[in-house]
Amino acid sequence: MKALIDWLDHRTGIRDLIREGLYENIPGGSRWRYVWGSTLMFALGIQFITGIALWMAYSPSTQTAWESVWYIQHEMAGGWFLRGLHHWTAQIMTVLLVLHLMQVVIDGAYKAPREVNFWFGIILLQLVLALSLTGYLLPWDQKGYWATSVATDIMASTPLIGEWLRQVVIGGNDYGHHTLTRFFALHAGVLPAAVIALTAGHIYLFRRHGVKAKEPARGKDEFFWPEQVLKDGVACLAVLAVVLFFVIRNHGAHLDAPADPASAYQARPDWYFLSLFQLLKYVPQFVGAFLIPGMVMALVVLMPVIGKWELGHRFNIGLLVTVLVGAGALTWLAVDQDRNDPKYRSDMAKAEADAALVKKLAKEQGIPPSGALALLRSQDETGPKLFAQHCASCHAYGGHDGLGGKLANEQSAPDLKGFASREYIAELLNPDSFDSPKFFGNTEHAGGKMMGFLEDEFSDLDELGKEDVRKIAAALSAEAALPGQTEVDAKDGALIEEGRELIKGDLACTDCHTLGRSGKPKAPDLTGYGSREWMLGIVHDPGQARFYGKDNDRMPAFGADGQLSRRQMEKIVDWIRGE
Amino acid sequence: MADEPLEHTPETGEEPDRRQFIKGASCAIGGAVGLVPALAAVRVALDPIGRERGDGGGFTRLANLKDLEPGKPVMVPVVAEKRDKWSRSEGVVGAVWLLREKLEGGANWASDEDGPAMKAADHVTAFSTICPHLGCFVDFREKENDFYCPCHNSNFKLSGEALNTTPPRPMDELEVDADKLAQSGEVWVKYVRFKTNTSKKIPA
Repeated sequence: MKALIDWLDHRTGIRDLIREGLYENIPGGSRWRYVWGSTLMFALGIQFITGIALWMAYSPSTQTAWESVWYIQHEMAGGWFLRGLHHWTAQIMTVLLVLHLMQVVIDGAYKAPREVNFWFGIILLQLVLALSLTGYLLPWDQKGYWATSVATDIMASTPLIGEWLRQVVIGGNDYGHHTLTRFFALHAGVLPAAVIALTAGHIYLFRRHGVKAKEPARGKDEFFWPEQVLKDGVACLAVLAVVLFFVIRNHGAHLDAPADPASAYQARPDWYFLSLFQLLKYVPQFVGAFLIPGMVMALVVLMPVIGKWELGHRFNIGLLVTVLVGAGALTWLAVDQDRNDPKYRSDMAKAEADAALVKKLAKEQGIPPSGALALLRSQDETGPKLFAQHCASCHAYGGHDGLGGKLANEQSAPDLKGFASREYIAELLNPDSFDSPKFFGNTEHAGGKMMGFLEDEFSDLDELGKEDVRKIAAALSAEAALPGQTEVDAKDGALIEEGRELIKGDLACTDCHTLGRSGKPKAPDLTGYGSREWMLGIVHDPGQARFYGKDNDRMPAFGADGQLSRRQMEKIVDWIRGE
Repeated sequence: MADEPLEHTPETGEEPDRRQFIKGASCAIGGAVGLVPALAAVRVALDPIGRERGDGGGFTRLANLKDLEPGKPVMVPVVAEKRDKWSRSEGVVGAVWLLREKLEGGANWASDEDGPAMKAADHVTAFSTICPHLGCFVDFREKENDFYCPCHNSNFKLSGEALNTTPPRPMDELEVDADKLAQSGEVWVKYVRFKTNTSKKIPA
C-alpha cells in the first residue's frame, strides 16, 4: 500500500495535495460557526449526483416533461426518493446560503483583502437562485408553469430589452418545447458550469486568505483536519437529516397536474420568492421587481466598501437583518393571506383533485402521445357535454341541450331522451306526434312516406290497434337491449314475438325497413335498432345504406368525417342509452 | 493517516485516543452522508434491471391468406399497442416475414366467395426479421431465393434453416394462430423478440 502511494506520489505529488487540503491552519481553533461553507459544498454535491441521475430519466418537451417526471416519481424504483433528495436539498440550500452570508457579514469576513471572494459568493448566491427558478419549471406541472410564466412576464418588463429577453429565455413568443429545452440547458448545463467555476475560485481565494477568525480567539490554532472536519461532517449529517425528514414525510416531492394554460390555477412562486411576490401587491411593478431588489443587491455588493467606514460594519449587519426580517414578514403575510382566502383554498383543492385524477389515469391507462393533459381533459368530456357541443344544434334531450340549458337554435331533429324505449317508440308511431317538432316535424322526413303510413294505419286507434302498437313498441325496443329495460324485455318474450310478427307480417314495415338483415333497406334497418352498435353506426355515418342512405337529412357523419373520436361517440351513445 | 508527518501535528497536548476517535468519526460521517445521494442515484439508474417485459400483447392480425403468394416471402410491419415507460401508443414494434406454403391436395383460399366453411389448407410460416446473430435486419434475396443478413453474412433457407455457421440458430419462427387461419383465412401472429447470439430461442 505504502509502495503504491509512494509510486503515485512520485508522479503526481498527491501527498502534498492532501496535506495542503487537510492541514489548513485555523487561527483560534475549529468552531461550529465555520461549518456553513462545507454544508453548502455538501448540498451542491448532492445536487450534482442526484441531478445527473434524474437527467437519465427526464425528457424535456411539453408532451413528455410532466410525463417523465411522473414516471420517475411514481414508477421507477427509488425514483421518489431521488427526486425528493434533489428537491428538498434545493430548498435547504437557500437556507444554508442565507446562514453562510450571515456568518460572513457578522464576522466581517467580507472586508479587505477578501472583497473579491465575497463578490464571488454573492454571484454564487444568484446562480443558485437561478438554478432554483429554472428547476421549478422543469416538471411542467401547474405550479411550475404558472409561477415561471409570472417570472418571465416580469422579465419582459425590463426596460428596453425586456421583450427580447423574454423571447430568448423562453425560446419563442409562447411557452413550448423550447422553453423546456432552454431551461433544461440552463439548469443542467450553463448554470452548473458557472457554479463549478465560481466555487473553484471561491475556495481558492478562501485558502489564499485563510479563515477570517472570529475575535477573540477561544483557543490555540488547529488544523482543518480533523477537528473542523468532524464539525463540518456533523453539520452535513444534520443537513441530511433535515432533508431526509422532508423527503420521507412528502414521499419525495409534490407533483401537480400537468401544465394547463386553460385552468384557473393561482400562480405562486416557491417560498423563497414569496416575499418578492407579496411586495408586488403593494408597490408598482418596477419598484417591486427591479428598484427595491436592485438597490438591496447593490448595497450587499458594496458591503466591503461600506464596511470601511467607522459605522459601516454595523450598517451592513443592520441592512442584512432588515432585509431578512422584511422578507420574513412579507413571506408570512403571503402565506397568511392565502390561508385565509377561501377562493385560493378551493382552487388549490381542485388542483389537488386534478393531480390525483391524472396520476390515477396515467397509472391505469398509460399516457397517450398527446400527453397527460389530453388524458386529463378527456375526462372532462361527458356524454351530456359532448351532446350539448355536437348534437344540440339540431337535436334536443328532454327539451334542453343535454346539460339543462336552453337550445341555442330551434330544434330541427328528434328529441333523443329515452330513445328506443317502449314509450319513446309508441309516441313516435303516433301520427299526432311523428310530425311534431319533438320528432321529425322540422326535418325533411316531415310529411313523408312514414307519416303517410302512420296516418293510414295508426289514426284513431281502437283498443285492438293500441294493443298492436304496444306489441310493436315492445318488439322494436327489445332490439335496443336498453340497460333500463333488461327485466321487462326478458319477461315479455311472447309480447315481443307477436310484435315481430306484426312488423314482418300484417303491418309490412319490412316493405321499406329491414329486420333481421335481409336485402337492402329503403328505410333505416330495424335490426338492433337503438342498440349500442346501431347507434354508434348511425353517429359514425348516417349516410350508410343501412341507415338513411341518400335520404339522410342534414346529419353529419361524425365518425367517418373525424369530427368525433370513437371514444367520444361511445360517451354520447352510452349516456343516451342510460348505460 | 497514521503516518502523517510530525511537523504538522499541532501541539494540542491531547491524548492520541481522542484524536483517533475524531478521525474515525469524521471518516465515518463523511462516508455516510456521501453514500445516501450516491446510492439513491445508483438505485434509479439501475431501475431497468429486472423489469419485466410485457407478454407482447398477444396475436396481431397481419395479412389475409389470399394476399400471400405461395412460396414468396412478404415482409409485414407489426403495428401494435406499444408501452414505452410512461407512454401508450400505437406504433410499429417490429416486422415479420410471412411465407405461405402450398400443401398438396388441400383446398385453398382464393376469395371471399369460398365462404368460411371451407378450411384453409395452406400453411403460413412467420419469421422475425431480427437476425438471431446480432440483431440486424434479415432481408429476402429474390435471385438467390434465400434470407440474408448483410451485417455478418448470416444466410438462411426459406425454411429458416441456417446456411452457414454465422448465426447461432435458425431464424426465429413466430407463432401463427392456426384456428384463425383455418376459419377466416386471416394471418394472426404473436410477435415476440428473442435474445440474440444464443443457440436457444429465449424470449428477450
